[in-house]
Amino acid sequence: MKTMPDRKGHFGAFGGRYAAETLMPALTELEEAYRKAKKDPVFRKELAFYLREYSGRETPLYFAKGLTEKMGGAKIYLKREDLNHTGAHKINNTLGQALLARRMGKTKVMAETGAGQHGVATATAAALFGMECQVFMGEEDIHRQAPNVLRMKILGATVVPVSSGTGTLKDAMNEAMRRWVSQVKDTFYIIGSTAGPHPYPMMVRDFQTVIGRETKRQILKHEGRFPDVLVACVGGGSNAMGIFWPFRNDPGVELVGVEAAGFGIATGKHAASISAGRIGVLHGNKTYLLQNESGQIYDAYSIAAGLDYPGIGPEHSHFHETGRAGYVTIDDDEALEAFMFLSRCEGIIPAMESAHAIAYAMKLAPTLDREKIIVVNLSGRGDKDLGIIEERGEGGRL
Amino acid sequence: MSRIEEKFSTLKEERSKALIAYLTAGDPSLETTKEIILGLDRAGVDILEIGVPFSDPTADGPIIQAASHRALKAGATLSGILDMIETVRDVSEIPIVLFGYYNPILSYGNERFAKRAREVGVDGILVVDLPPEESKELKKYTDRAGIDCISLIAPTSTDERIRKIARDAGGFLYYISITGVTGTAKPQVSDIKRDVERIRAVTTLPVAVGFGISTPEQAREIAPHADGIVIGSAFVRLIEENSGTNNMVNIVAGYAKEVKQAISDTRPGT
Repeated sequence: MKTMPDRKGHFGAFGGRYAAETLMPALTELEEAYRKAKKDPVFRKELAFYLREYSGRETPLYFAKGLTEKMGGAKIYLKREDLNHTGAHKINNTLGQALLARRMGKTKVMAETGAGQHGVATATAAALFGMECQVFMGEEDIHRQAPNVLRMKILGATVVPVSSGTGTLKDAMNEAMRRWVSQVKDTFYIIGSTAGPHPYPMMVRDFQTVIGRETKRQILKHEGRFPDVLVACVGGGSNAMGIFWPFRNDPGVELVGVEAAGFGIATGKHAASISAGRIGVLHGNKTYLLQNESGQIYDAYSIAAGLDYPGIGPEHSHFHETGRAGYVTIDDDEALEAFMFLSRCEGIIPAMESAHAIAYAMKLAPTLDREKIIVVNLSGRGDKDLGIIEERGEGGRL
Repeated sequence: MSRIEEKFSTLKEERSKALIAYLTAGDPSLETTKEIILGLDRAGVDILEIGVPFSDPTADGPIIQAASHRALKAGATLSGILDMIETVRDVSEIPIVLFGYYNPILSYGNERFAKRAREVGVDGILVVDLPPEESKELKKYTDRAGIDCISLIAPTSTDERIRKIARDAGGFLYYISITGVTGTAKPQVSDIKRDVERIRAVTTLPVAVGFGISTPEQAREIAPHADGIVIGSAFVRLIEENSGTNNMVNIVAGYAKEVKQAISDTRPGT
């Protein structure tokens, strides 16, 4: 398979750089700086140092014996990204981009956030490197994710409330792009997913591939072979791309992205861009989007705030188009059930996002024989979701 | 010669500058938009930019964001806007530029859009999130239809980019006078002068200036350095403030007259 993206940031028919002219020079500058940094052993060493000593990598690839036995089929391994500093894979990318920002001489960073995980990871990197940090967050999400808002503030970041639209991730990203235009000279925009204009989808992917590279080594050590299936949840798609990409040229490894079906695809209240969307252009790239017949973007919905984005990283659209990866859906109820189940049988409380991947693995495992191996990317921990459990009345079941 | 070229060439002969007015189509309704267009035409506006509302207007400030939201809520669609323009063409020859984001066009279908836009009398398009690197997929159809692709140049654009943009551009070049979104900051005349000179060094296309101009005084100051002035948020605000009143069209047209007057009686140095 040809290495993507091409010189202009296209992944087949997807991706690209659909950005306002004011941002184009900044994106070119960023791309050049990133390409140089990527080849520079000093930068690579520095990033590896912080990933190891600060974030606690490598994260374990854990054989979930209890879950495997309960499912009675394929072996299930969990890639424990929840054990990273700040509790999710997001830090892999923010450390990389913050180091790049510092190298480029930028003193300020900014980010958008939905659930607050990327906001916290950005605020953390900014605190570590002594940078000013602004995080754009929808008002509705600020209300839903109060603990993360507080964490960002403790870390010294300014949380900028966004009231336009429905006050969720899409609106936060709109506002971040607007604000970036006006402060593009001294501010580095740390995008949290494999989305946005080129070079972001490529750069975020590269920083996240540490997940897949470790998984490759670890599974060989545990099993002496590659897994049969990789499962990861997909909102914008950074954790999934991070674990998929190093396996893209290994045809024996099936890649499955799990989109959020919310209340169900038929209700229209979901976040399944590939399963129920159409090709369009939003936030700088061409990809599958949730949109109406006139090209207006819908608000996405999922119980997992980190999945409710109406688009998906362009490389996922490309993987879908070429058939390299398959995309399935899991609804709110199934995710909730998996959330509780994994907590009870493994003592691991997963992020509600990651619970979507767990739920699919729980469906798949019993249909496969015992020799098969499934690796699930457990992208984050679930402490941030305790409020949802309370709200959904799950607390009463405890 | 296209309506846009013709307009700039007439203005040049008259040693006058173009007033380009932006309004969001469908705010508060498409019928009202048509009345405003005709009112602005009578008031002496030279070119109209008809904004196609989009759910995620990342290049727009709060005023145009709110207008887009109102227009979408009122049911505006690209297809409805094109129909409206067709009825404008029965009574007016004012040059019309569609201004907006790429997704509504892509969703309509690039080829179908170019054909229909031509048919209803659209003269140019300006798609803010379609830089020259990505514009081929649409331009191959709009070129064939004889529709000008108006390009944006920003204060951050390098000389090399300006050259590249100008080479592919048609109609006129739109210089964004602030590093920001629409209607949010006041541009510096000295910066505009310097950048317009950079642009003129590589192209003979007319240069219009906009994004932060809202008063006749600003327009008067900037006009000597450009071929045209774009005013958007100020019109949109007037439409919002007077929406539902009987004399909204008169108020908006009156403001246009004021600005047109301000940019008509200037010569460099005054």
